[in-house]
Amino acid sequence: MYNYLVGIYGDDDDLIQAVRKVKDAGLEIHDCLTPFPIHGLEKAMELKESRLHTAGFFYGATGTMFALFCMTWIQTYSWPLNVGGKPGFALLSFIPITFELTVLFAAVGMTVTYYLRNRLSIFRHDEVLDVRITDHKFAMVFDLDKYDSEEDLNRIKRVLQSTKVEEINLREMQHKVYSAEEQS
Amino acid sequence: MSHHYTSPIREPLVEGNKTYHDITDDIAKATEGSIKPLWLVALLVCATIGLWGILNILYTIWYGIGVWGLNKTVGWAWDITNFVWWIGIGHAGTLISAILLLFRQRWRTGVNRAAEAMTIFAVMCAAIYPGIHMGRIWLAFFIFPYPNSRGPLWVNFNSPLLWDVFAISTYFTVSLLFWYTGLLPDFATIRDRARGLRRKIYNVLAFGWTGTAKQWERFESLSLVLAGLATPLVLSVHTIVSFDFATSVIPGWHTTIFPPYFVAGAIFSGFAMVLTLMLITRKLLNLEEYITIGHIESMNKVITLTGSIVGVAYITELFIAWYSGVLYEQYAFENRIFGDYWWAYASMMTCNVISPQLFWVRKLRRSVAFTFFLSIVINIGMWFERFVIIVTSLHEDYVPSSWLYYSPTWVEVSIFVGTMGIFMTLFLLFARFFPVIAIAEVKSILKVGGDQYIAEYARQDKAEGRGWVDGSYGAAAAGMASPKSPKDADYDKH
Repeated sequence: MYNYLVGIYGDDDDLIQAVRKVKDAGLEIHDCLTPFPIHGLEKAMELKESRLHTAGFFYGATGTMFALFCMTWIQTYSWPLNVGGKPGFALLSFIPITFELTVLFAAVGMTVTYYLRNRLSIFRHDEVLDVRITDHKFAMVFDLDKYDSEEDLNRIKRVLQSTKVEEINLREMQHKVYSAEEQS
Repeated sequence: MSHHYTSPIREPLVEGNKTYHDITDDIAKATEGSIKPLWLVALLVCATIGLWGILNILYTIWYGIGVWGLNKTVGWAWDITNFVWWIGIGHAGTLISAILLLFRQRWRTGVNRAAEAMTIFAVMCAAIYPGIHMGRIWLAFFIFPYPNSRGPLWVNFNSPLLWDVFAISTYFTVSLLFWYTGLLPDFATIRDRARGLRRKIYNVLAFGWTGTAKQWERFESLSLVLAGLATPLVLSVHTIVSFDFATSVIPGWHTTIFPPYFVAGAIFSGFAMVLTLMLITRKLLNLEEYITIGHIESMNKVITLTGSIVGVAYITELFIAWYSGVLYEQYAFENRIFGDYWWAYASMMTCNVISPQLFWVRKLRRSVAFTFFLSIVINIGMWFERFVIIVTSLHEDYVPSSWLYYSPTWVEVSIFVGTMGIFMTLFLLFARFFPVIAIAEVKSILKVGGDQYIAEYARQDKAEGRGWVDGSYGAAAAGMASPKSPKDADYDKH
């Protein structure tokens, strides 16, 4: 059993303002869950920037090298077929396939990384903090196993009430909700 | 909310004074409730047609491609025409989701999901044709390079036909990943409205999506890079398809203008098909407030642009044939215009060159009925373009004794109609079980594209003396949103 405090907001701008306020108050936000991407939220939460695009570059470069190496090896070494005396190593005509494999490797690699890093899987449980989060509500989550005293709880509630929070709910979960830090 | 601002001169992208919850309701509703009889009838009809096509494909495989009307000179006809036609149609989806994303065209959010679905289904239909045209489809895996016991004997990496194998499989894979990853948050939205088994199924489809800050941050990063990769990919796919022809030495095919001309034609036909489908979908699923007249107009502008490029390409081809002084090249074009297939050439010219120019008239490009009619005309025209390029260039070769007139057999016609059935079956299933509009993406543009917000910005501008000199500017824009949401008092809620 895991315990969380969920502050529910009705607007994306209210959430961002609240995140700033809560950060200023020195509280640790477990995570924010929203129905759509909010620009500036990751900055307000001071999350590390994603390195997915860097990974994408390396996947792409792997594809480039793989395509060039394979075609060159096949046409010059493995089975050098003589077609009208044309050279086996024909870089110009390797360009289309090299390009396609670069894109393929980058796209597949990045997508697989994306699913793995976000723990997205068809076997994942369907327990959610609040069903309205994928609809029209914006949630700020606190880990009550970290803030476990009555004093902490009241402090969080006090800070949240100074923002435009709509509801403050206590939620007991069967499954662990990973924090933004743990997901980074 | 000062950081959201849209010039009041912009047309709203979401009409009807929607809240975030309204957006969820309006789009997710189509996947819920009991199945409508009209949908079921449509599905049965399309599936039957698709099945008929599959039977004819099996017939072709059983008896060989001799059951088609191919002859001594025309070795490629309806099969490759249909292949190029479907691949072309499959270009709009990724164009809308990738290129328009890079250009920050926000109107794409209303149509990207369905257009991407259409792309995937169209590429699936297209892939059938080269497969069955091989004759011995059970050896189709020979087209992939893999270590084998025949030498190893490899594929020819210098052949555009092999480049096509790579281009199309990459295009299909990347489009599928792009589309499916975009669907995750929306499947989660449907999941969170459902109970019991339905909830479990949509949770599997959503891969357990929850919408954490990190998931979204990476989602944005992934979308942007995939869009950056998919943009040259879209252009490369039809470029390579055009290489299938352009690198040959057949008069009428051996043309350097082919790559840009094919890409423009592909986008042209793709948008036409998106319009054909979306105009029906928006009507049946009551999505007029998300796919507005403004969206239709934007797509019609793309059609006018690409249609004009295609028109210029046709004329350039004619000019170059004449200017080159090459007898065979000149004959190929003379034969297209005045030869046995003059009717195909005339249909192509009328449908593709003349008809899109009608969209210069604002009233016509904002008319739903006219757009629907013209989208069909363009679909037909673009089919004829491929038919003209392929068949008329082949049917009269260098040896006059082998000249023959090609006509399709009922098997070829059935396969073509069958792929339309397969395509429509898949699209109908998509429209019923998947969110046809990207729910999360529409929500993310609501504050810059919603009519109530734009009217509010106009009012602020007017109050603060910004905007047009005579001051009527803001009021005019506010009035623009008013037919859908006349109660000004409502705006103050936000």
